[in-house]
Amino acid sequence: MELAAAKMIGAGLAAIGVIGAGIGIGAIFASFIQAVGRNPAAAGAVTQMTWIGFALVEAIALYALVIAFMIMFL
Amino acid sequence: MQLGNVDVSFTNSATFMAIAVITATAIVMLGMRRHSLVPGRWQSIAELSYLFVANMVRDTIGPEGRRYFPFIFTLFLFVLAGNMLGMIPYGFTYTSHIIVTFTMAAIIFVGVTVIGFVKHGLHFFGFFLPPGTPLLMAPLAVPIEAISYFSRPVSLSVRLFANMLAGHTLMKVFAGFIVSLGVFGFVPFVFVFALTGLELLIAFLQAYVFTVLTCLYLNDALHLH
Repeated sequence: MELAAAKMIGAGLAAIGVIGAGIGIGAIFASFIQAVGRNPAAAGAVTQMTWIGFALVEAIALYALVIAFMIMFL
Repeated sequence: MQLGNVDVSFTNSATFMAIAVITATAIVMLGMRRHSLVPGRWQSIAELSYLFVANMVRDTIGPEGRRYFPFIFTLFLFVLAGNMLGMIPYGFTYTSHIIVTFTMAAIIFVGVTVIGFVKHGLHFFGFFLPPGTPLLMAPLAVPIEAISYFSRPVSLSVRLFANMLAGHTLMKVFAGFIVSLGVFGFVPFVFVFALTGLELLIAFLQAYVFTVLTCLYLNDALHLH
């Protein structure tokens, strides 16, 4: 098949990787809400780690996006 | 503008880096001009940002992190200003270029490794075998630890770069829809409105995460687990 078509298919397949990040972000905030629900006084302590965790998981989604872009345009 | 064989023209990137440095320096220095016990508005901004980074350094590294605090503070303000300047219309985000973020991450990685070697000598290689692992697992654990150690500058730089790039690309794509949809353009407009808010949050968050991970890597080098 032609290179352009293969690039598009490859980019589309690479973008499937963001599923993991979706599950991960949901898991992080689910446990954050649970933790604060069980122990409202701990809200301050877990908030900082929640945002760090969110940024780390989002990075994985963006790695998939970068690979998709690399396949499409490089 | 050429200097011999090298292109040394003053690019967009360099201009906005200069703007970021001047803005950050001006806010902190001019804010602390009249250092009163009860802070006014600008002094509060300067003090709050100082406290934010100082607490971060103290919580992750401990008391001996104080000598690295100027660098961490500079890093935080540089990345934060870079991310935020891109949110201004017609602004340029120099952190959305992989060469900028990779240079920063590479310098941090090399610097942290050198600090680790200076402090611990060859014992620094003991970092790759976490305490408590049975010696039988060492041939498996050491390469895995080494690979994850060397992936740190890559992940640090790509995280910041991809976040900035993806956010701005998404906003541009949806902003294009506003014009092409005509009357129904208010739907993508609301979405771009919400996305701008999300981008502001991401700009701050990514600056914070970059700095916190730098502090954690520094802590690893200083304290070897």
